[in-house]
Amino acid sequence: MAPLLLFLAVAYLWPFLGVVKWSFTLPEPGLGQYGAVLTDPLVQSVFIRTLRICLIVTLVSVVAAYAITVVWVRGTPTQRMLAEFCILVPFWISVLTRAFGWVALLSNRGLINTWLQSIGFISEPLALVRNELGVIIGMTHFLIPFAVFPLASAMRNLDDRVLLAARGMGASRTRTFWSVFVPMTMSGIIGSALIVFVFALGFFVTPAILGGGRSVMVAELVYLRIFQSPDWGLGSAISVVLVLFVGALMALLFRYVRPRQMV
Amino acid sequence: MHQPGRAAEIKAIGIGKSFGTFRALHDLTLDIGRGEFLALLGPSGSGKTTFLMILAGFLPPSDGRLFSDGEDITNRPAELRSAGMVFQGYALFPHMSVEANIAFPLKVRKVPAAEIKERVAAMIERVGLKGHARKLPSQLSGGQQQRVALARALVFQPGVLLLDEPFSALDKSLRGQMQAEVKRLHEETGTTFVFVTHDQSEALALASRIAIFNHGELLQVGTPGEVYDRPASRFVAEFLGEINMLPLTDVRKDNGSMTGLCEDRPVTLRGSQDVTGDALLAVRPEYMTIRNEASPGENGVSATTVGTTYLGSATKLDLLTKQGTKLSVSVPNDVAANALGSSNPIWLTWPAERGILLAR
Repeated sequence: MAPLLLFLAVAYLWPFLGVVKWSFTLPEPGLGQYGAVLTDPLVQSVFIRTLRICLIVTLVSVVAAYAITVVWVRGTPTQRMLAEFCILVPFWISVLTRAFGWVALLSNRGLINTWLQSIGFISEPLALVRNELGVIIGMTHFLIPFAVFPLASAMRNLDDRVLLAARGMGASRTRTFWSVFVPMTMSGIIGSALIVFVFALGFFVTPAILGGGRSVMVAELVYLRIFQSPDWGLGSAISVVLVLFVGALMALLFRYVRPRQMV
Repeated sequence: MHQPGRAAEIKAIGIGKSFGTFRALHDLTLDIGRGEFLALLGPSGSGKTTFLMILAGFLPPSDGRLFSDGEDITNRPAELRSAGMVFQGYALFPHMSVEANIAFPLKVRKVPAAEIKERVAAMIERVGLKGHARKLPSQLSGGQQQRVALARALVFQPGVLLLDEPFSALDKSLRGQMQAEVKRLHEETGTTFVFVTHDQSEALALASRIAIFNHGELLQVGTPGEVYDRPASRFVAEFLGEINMLPLTDVRKDNGSMTGLCEDRPVTLRGSQDVTGDALLAVRPEYMTIRNEASPGENGVSATTVGTTYLGSATKLDLLTKQGTKLSVSVPNDVAANALGSSNPIWLTWPAERGILLAR
């Protein structure tokens, strides 16, 4: 335990404290950069867009993951194998490859648009990428597998007899699903949503490629402030705010979902 | 459809269930009468729980038909059967309060909210859970959870209440209390109760009839008195409590009763059975009397005491006959002291009507 903590301190905490220091000292000492975070319209719009994208991605990922997990945990052996394959394969493909894969599929001259045009379904290509929609599609695809595991553990811990009991008392399958199955896997839903949301907040590569510079998220904004415009102070202040926000969410996560329930 | 509050009458004809090549239940035919309290008794893996699951509609039978009040319900799904069920481990909804658990079957049936409130409150009162209505199941003791399970299964006035090993999770003192409670609920509701158990004393104490299962077959059905005193097979005789088995030879019919040789001594049994030649004579130990001599013509066997076990209220004697058959009887402690002190071997005698003739 001790060497690991030491490593984390040297590799993460120490540099982060440096970033905190910049946020208070560059370009001049004071709280000016935090004032800018709260008032700068550009920073504000990026924060709002980030929250919006993350909420949509979380909602879509958790719903999709829930459906996949139901099949994975409760399906027939063949269905389980297929679901497992779908969950595991994405882990073997790098995030960069996946982002470019989506560009190839979604761009104006990509597979989907050319196919839809060739069957005469549309005349002009649909704007599927280099905008928020593309970012949402790419991020959701990346995050669904991560949403599966907390859900799977909640579903595996569920006593089948409780479901039988509901059916025996006259509840239909739909009723049993909504009033028993979903509430009883709520801890998994909360855990899964928080994990996806926290991951999504820090996304950099996927929005950078699929957003095409038009739909900048917080991580990309930090990158731009540090590497492209020499505004290290503002970049640092944004980072600190982001880390505090994520920290608060993690605290919530551990409060509502015990860590052992998540794997 | 079932009318609420009316006890159901169930008829199972030739029910069978296979899981792959394993036959869990074989050709079961059984009538369950309106308002009776039937115990499905047997060792684990005997098919009794499989039959209960088929009654509830959770398992489809592989063969046979099932009728409820004359209607064929073989293919009717569980949610349309109107059977109350108390699961092993109770299967309460952990995210719902006691109240909400009990209200669930009524809500599903779209009973008006005011009526739900009234019936749930009455049910809570009836099972003695007043003051616990707002608690979650995890805040209740085992006995209280059991009561919630009973209330939830009875609140919609099902035609039949199915109970799967309802008392196995409770400690001994609580078990007796809950058994009395279930018996009271049966009398009050008049509903048909069917419960699964592997505990013969529980079945004898509660049930109005007992169905005994082994290896997926229904061996015998009868009142507790019938199955205890007139078991039809060796398995039933031994499963329902202590019994002494003596080999008989030269068994034959004789004027409306049966005779045979037990350790070279003639014995008689009441009734007429189609058994001849070699057989087994079974006698419950409580019907055997210890004597110094057996008079001629009396049913008896001589044996030597080989061990005693002090049970507090009585003493158990382990005996060995001349031909090496092991017997045991429980006798009052003073009789045991005398038996040990006096003549050895001693005689065990029994009335003719207490002998049970079983195929070997």
